[in-house]
Amino acid sequence: MKRIIVRKDAYYDSVFLMLINQDVKKTDSISEAVVAMGTDMNRDLLKGMNMSNADVESATANDLIVALEGETEDALNQAETAAYSLLKKKSRTSEQAFRPTSLAAAVEVLPQANLVLLSIPGAFVAREARKALERGLHVMVFSDNVPLQDEIRLKQMARDKGLLFMGPDCGTAIINGKPLAFANVIRRGPIGIVAASGSGLQELTCSIDKAGSGITQAIGTGGRDVTQDVGGISMLMGIEALAADGETTVISLISKPPAETVVDSAIEALRKSAKPAVVHFIGARRRQDEDKIRFAPSLEDCASIAVELAGGRKHNPTEFALSDDEIAGIVADQSASFGKKQKYLRGLFCGGTLAEEALFVMQEALGGVYSNVHPDEGYRLADPTVSREHTIIDLGDDTFTVGRPHPMIDVSIRNEQLEKELRGGDMALLLLDFVLGYGAHRDPAGAMVDAITAARRAAADDGGYLAVVASVTGTDGDPQSLTAQRRTLQEVGCVVMPSNVQAARLALKIMQKVR
Amino acid sequence: MSVAKINQLFSGDLKAINLGLEEFTASLQHEGAEALQVDWKPPAGGDRHMVQLLERVESNSALKRDQANDQAVERLMKSKPTLIDIGIAADVVPGMHKKLVLHSGPPVTWDKMAGPVRGAVIGGLIYEGLAKGPTEAEELAASGDIEYAPCHHHDAVGPMAGIMTSSMPVWIMKNETFGNTAYCTLNEGLGKVLRYGANSNEVIKRLKWMGDVLSPVLKQALEMHGPIDMKNLIAQVLQMGDEGHNRNRAGTSLFIREMAPYLVMLDRSKQELSEVLKFMHTNDHFFLNLTMPACKAAVDAARDIDGSSMIVAMARNGTEFGIRVSGLGDQWFTGPASRVDGLYLPGYSEQDAARDVGDSVITETGGIGGFAMAAAPAIVKFVGGTPQDALTFTRRMYDITLRENDTYQIPALDFRGTPTGIDLFKIIETGVLPAINTGIAHKDPGVGMVGAGLVKPPLKCFHDAFEAYAERYGTKP
Repeated sequence: MKRIIVRKDAYYDSVFLMLINQDVKKTDSISEAVVAMGTDMNRDLLKGMNMSNADVESATANDLIVALEGETEDALNQAETAAYSLLKKKSRTSEQAFRPTSLAAAVEVLPQANLVLLSIPGAFVAREARKALERGLHVMVFSDNVPLQDEIRLKQMARDKGLLFMGPDCGTAIINGKPLAFANVIRRGPIGIVAASGSGLQELTCSIDKAGSGITQAIGTGGRDVTQDVGGISMLMGIEALAADGETTVISLISKPPAETVVDSAIEALRKSAKPAVVHFIGARRRQDEDKIRFAPSLEDCASIAVELAGGRKHNPTEFALSDDEIAGIVADQSASFGKKQKYLRGLFCGGTLAEEALFVMQEALGGVYSNVHPDEGYRLADPTVSREHTIIDLGDDTFTVGRPHPMIDVSIRNEQLEKELRGGDMALLLLDFVLGYGAHRDPAGAMVDAITAARRAAADDGGYLAVVASVTGTDGDPQSLTAQRRTLQEVGCVVMPSNVQAARLALKIMQKVR
Repeated sequence: MSVAKINQLFSGDLKAINLGLEEFTASLQHEGAEALQVDWKPPAGGDRHMVQLLERVESNSALKRDQANDQAVERLMKSKPTLIDIGIAADVVPGMHKKLVLHSGPPVTWDKMAGPVRGAVIGGLIYEGLAKGPTEAEELAASGDIEYAPCHHHDAVGPMAGIMTSSMPVWIMKNETFGNTAYCTLNEGLGKVLRYGANSNEVIKRLKWMGDVLSPVLKQALEMHGPIDMKNLIAQVLQMGDEGHNRNRAGTSLFIREMAPYLVMLDRSKQELSEVLKFMHTNDHFFLNLTMPACKAAVDAARDIDGSSMIVAMARNGTEFGIRVSGLGDQWFTGPASRVDGLYLPGYSEQDAARDVGDSVITETGGIGGFAMAAAPAIVKFVGGTPQDALTFTRRMYDITLRENDTYQIPALDFRGTPTGIDLFKIIETGVLPAINTGIAHKDPGVGMVGAGLVKPPLKCFHDAFEAYAERYGTKP
């Protein structure tokens, strides 16, 4: 039986509702639960699920819809009560302090504000961002689905006004040591960063922190900034600002492979800065070093070189932090007991750039790895949820996140995919990333250990062995604590490497033993 | 390209405003940064088309909307509506003639008129002696011989059906600041009355008495008293529990107090003077027909200001709800008249109710009425609410208005000025509709008032108006 309730004029944030959805679905004897705002998309979704009615049809984006399907009246009552009490939790916390309802009103409350962070639905970003720029405020846009034309227009406006515009789809930034959106707690130091990659920036800053140095600013640009259309407006302004910044002595630049013209202007801007710089284009061939500009082969190497340039620990250009003997021991150990059917590597990633980095490490050496983020269409997965031979999946792909939060928040996405991989019976090695910091799940390792243990037991029951190799992007200053998260994973038999690239390199060595 | 402002950001403390995920605010605060969470809602109720129109208007740098609206609302507030006289419609109302019937709301033809309006038209024609009885009046009304026009097109306003015919006496309200004038008939009382569509002999008889006795007596008393500053009077009644639309008990009492010393001086029989005083005393809404032209005279001064998105008329004819916008000239934008959510007199229910009707929303347009509901907690029972609801209604209206009134104040809100100058732009942006108090007429002609309550105007007229506004004042799509 079904129950559908529409509450007029009750707006809640969509990510918040997604989390409530999950909890309501867990109610006994409830087969389907949707707690959502009446947007066009959600109304279509409900119609498709056969959970619509006249009230739903006439609902607006400001109306809350609770649609439930369950076996008994009791179950429906329970689920409905659960939904309301979860919603109330939110409204009670929001009552604690006065909340302005618009940017204009907020500026009156906090007239010294200097930055606006936007994580509202993409279609509404342009208007709020424009208002922020008109008020002389710097902007960071976390939201995706912002039309390209809006991005170009807004960035040109920001450039004209000399304001920093980070994003859209900018997941990470650290300004004056303060975390914006998904960011780690990083020591302050002499390295300034501009990054067109969220998880890449997290890995880079955490690696700098691990190497004993720190950062001035970490500026995110959003992935589309480095395309021909946008022309790297934010990246170039970021470089110039770091060049003029007295605290910054080294500039580090990372990006997914940018458009050629953008590469040229970015390098030119770095040359002009006259500060030593280190650059890493993820998944691209290394360029020739220049007088003041060095090119790094990985995110971790990029961090290590930056630290050296800043007068810190000398860069050690080896593959592993451990000795060759130690690595050989781990490889022998992990590859000793694979079953006959166990032939493939499966990488399940929360960080898009981390997935790409792993892919780049393994693609050639393993004779091809399939992925939903593969630059080569021949190796791109037709269905991102269905693995094929060696596969690396970016779980942040839209396919996994429709109506759900990002896998860095919603850990069940990866657990579900792991179950799927197990059913194939041909997985030998599971490669994982764990991203800590603000914005991320409170205990990502703890939320996955049961699934990892079950997977390893299943492989053993089949007479084989499942190798699990992981890395944790984080610091001990993070709310989750790097050390604690690493220990949690080690306790269930995971090999935890110091960085994403080392985890990928180790996984490759183990996989090379399979045949 | 200058990045000095970015370096300024780097050299100070980060102070962020967050729209969206609350967790980001918490993270910043946890790390010691100043961060403010905005309780953000999608603009225009998430209507993308309306958001595009907002964008088009906002991105036209040549449009000085704020200045235009400042000018409009300042003219509204500087207006000094003053009651100067009583006259006969045919003599004073511009364009009035024997075969013209004025009605409330936007234009409407006989065939589309709602029950109460038809009833009142019939009554008006009988009153004018143009027809002997209802049947004849109805034939005449439909014959094409009678011309119909909105009160608003003749500098006038009328409550409910709003019927004004040529020989009816009218209040003359002069805007002393800007020189324009507004007119309104005298209020007939409650129950079976013309404005609710009643037209029986008793109704016509009362109208005759009003023409023969009430208005000449009051006209004489007013002459002796001299002009009455309505702005001053309305400011007082808001502090006495009236809001000037659905509650006018204090206003009526004050008006009697103003008139009494002069009434007793008149060379009229005690009987007549007593009847006049009693008539006003037994009709709490007597003052409504003074607040309405006072608001009309004030708001009219804000019409036709290029670029202004301020609403300068809201009115209903029982079939449609219509609005006019200062920067959009004479054009009406309409939507179907709504049902009123309210309380019914004993023996009546929703089934008996006509749709929303009357020019009395000119009070809300002028910054009182439903917008000043917080001043009149006694009437919240009409909407089944608590005094707290009355405060909420008024508070919400600050979101869609341009200013706080400099004269009309609300004691319960620490003497905050009433929300004044309804901004079409803000209505579209917030999705908040004007709050309107109103009476409810019986749907059939001739029955009268059956209740009172709160009404939500149709979204459509605001959407259509904003479409036109964006077309005229926005950038091209």
